[in-house]
Amino acid sequence: MPQPSSPSIAALSLADLPGRDVAVRHLRHPGRWISGGIVVLLLALIGHAFAVGQIQWLVVGQFLTAGVIITGFGWTLLISACALVLGVALGFAFGIMRLSENPILRFAAWLYVWIFRGTPVLLQLLIWFNIALVFPRLYIPGLVDERMVDVVTPFVAAVLGLGVNEGSYLTEVVRGGIGSVDSGQKEAAHTLGMTPGQTMRRIILPQTLRLILPVLGNSAIGMLKFSSLAATIAMGEMLNAAQRIYFINGAVIELLFVCAVWYLAGTTILSIGQYYLERHFGRDAATATSERRWFRGWARRPAVEGEA
Amino acid sequence: MNLAIKAVGIRKSFGNHEVLKGLDLEVAYGEVLCILGPSGSGKSTFLRCINHLETPNGGYVWVDGAIMGYELSRGALQELPIKKLRAQQSQLGMVFQHFNLFAHRTVLGNVIEGPMVVRGLSRAKAEAHAMDLLEQVGMAGKASSYPSQLSGGQKQRVAIARSLAMEPRVMLFDEPTSALDPELVGEVLEVMRNLARGGTTMIVVTHEIGFAREVADRVVVMIDGEIRETGAPGQVLSNPADPRVRSFLSRVLA
Ligand SMILES: Nc1ncnc2c1ncn2[C@@H]1O[C@H](COP(=O)(O)OP(=O)(O)OP(=O)(O)O)[C@@H](O)[C@H]1O
Ligand SMILES: [Mg+2]
Repeated sequence: MPQPSSPSIAALSLADLPGRDVAVRHLRHPGRWISGGIVVLLLALIGHAFAVGQIQWLVVGQFLTAGVIITGFGWTLLISACALVLGVALGFAFGIMRLSENPILRFAAWLYVWIFRGTPVLLQLLIWFNIALVFPRLYIPGLVDERMVDVVTPFVAAVLGLGVNEGSYLTEVVRGGIGSVDSGQKEAAHTLGMTPGQTMRRIILPQTLRLILPVLGNSAIGMLKFSSLAATIAMGEMLNAAQRIYFINGAVIELLFVCAVWYLAGTTILSIGQYYLERHFGRDAATATSERRWFRGWARRPAVEGEA
Repeated sequence: MNLAIKAVGIRKSFGNHEVLKGLDLEVAYGEVLCILGPSGSGKSTFLRCINHLETPNGGYVWVDGAIMGYELSRGALQELPIKKLRAQQSQLGMVFQHFNLFAHRTVLGNVIEGPMVVRGLSRAKAEAHAMDLLEQVGMAGKASSYPSQLSGGQKQRVAIARSLAMEPRVMLFDEPTSALDPELVGEVLEVMRNLARGGTTMIVVTHEIGFAREVADRVVVMIDGEIRETGAPGQVLSNPADPRVRSFLSRVLA
């Protein structure tokens, strides 16, 4: 009995087979064209709405490179960088403490994470900024004796607030990273006679760093954005600068758009940097040498296709 | 006979599970000792107690004039600070079943790590010595490769060179070929055979009966945390006295 479903296939006899260079016609994908067309249309509508909306694009362009904004962006970058460094340092310090044999150190690290991960970062910023209400003087015998308001400037409060908060997240990240380095690495180091400190510094931490590099990249991007919270404590970073301008000239949306452009520029550059750093360190070493060569020369090469 | 290692009454429990039930063992300098035994009999644990990767619950290990991890003071064993323990551990080379090469270091970097960090050698000296050792295990050509670029047999040969770089008094091997594809076992055993010929003192936990028969000066069979049989390979492997050893050997030799 013939199979009713495949008569046409069965009908192709060997004698009718085409040559090896036979042309191939691909399926058309009308669905893709339609959905793509709809999205393009929507984008065009949104773009048009903003173009004809009540935005003075000239003002946006004008303030994009205004001195106050550029200076503010400089502060934004500085706060983010300092807070990130502080956060990473605290993350590693407390992450190692979390795995200490000493239960008191473990508890202290747990307490740090509990408090600073458990409260909003904006609240923490405000507390740091107003810390002088609790401790009017910063007094360390023989080292410092100053009024707290002179020490904890808005800049210092911003860096402390953002950095200490970030550190509480990174503590958990570092703890997980150390935990996922194979325990055989530690044992091998011990049988060579390396002390716990040497093992940590030379064997465990370098491998941890590679594991958590993607998270650190995200931290850097997040930090750049969170630094805008410092505007609330009178720190003259970019958002604060923009606010001071629009309180005077009333161009609210225009100045907020200026900020958006700069934040996007910053996060884009960081994403690209993250991509190359991960290429460099993050993967297994199988292709490490060739990639390293590539990394050194990447500035001279055309952009890679695909990601980034 | 010049003793290298003397283990006295080694006991080890994990929770309620007594894995080692008071083991005694002596190894002389230049001797090659193979430890055989069924899976779970405590061979790895015994080896790890010898170099204090695990701290025994009872008994002690004497290595060339000192007790591992302790010093004798007023008739009791006083625990040593970690730095002194590590110095003692570096006198025993350890080769692991799963190689445990440092993943972020090249082959050469793996071999010079111990000499530079622990023994304080200059990089130039450490590298010269390391290249000699890599030559010896046939891995000099891969000095700048990373572990992930090597086959299992190559990794294990590098791991052996890394241990030798510390110039240990005794080499401990924990099933060095068990994680290897069959065709890669030979190259590692060959390196170990050469070490034995060169007079290296070795304790080898292995399932390679052929290697034990050919290379070992003495064979020990462990069952359920006890040493049930010890003697020359010819005698232990072909004519064991203990019935449980006989049944174990008949299974692995079959
Ligand atoms: N860290 C540990 N915690 C709990 N139990 C353990 C631990 N290490 C080993 N054991 C137990 O001790 C017993 C002996 O283990 P060991 O690894 O020494 O055996 P082995 O003779 O080396 O076996 P194999 O030939 O499979 O390697 C096993 O029952 C194992 O489950
Ligand atoms: Mg074992």
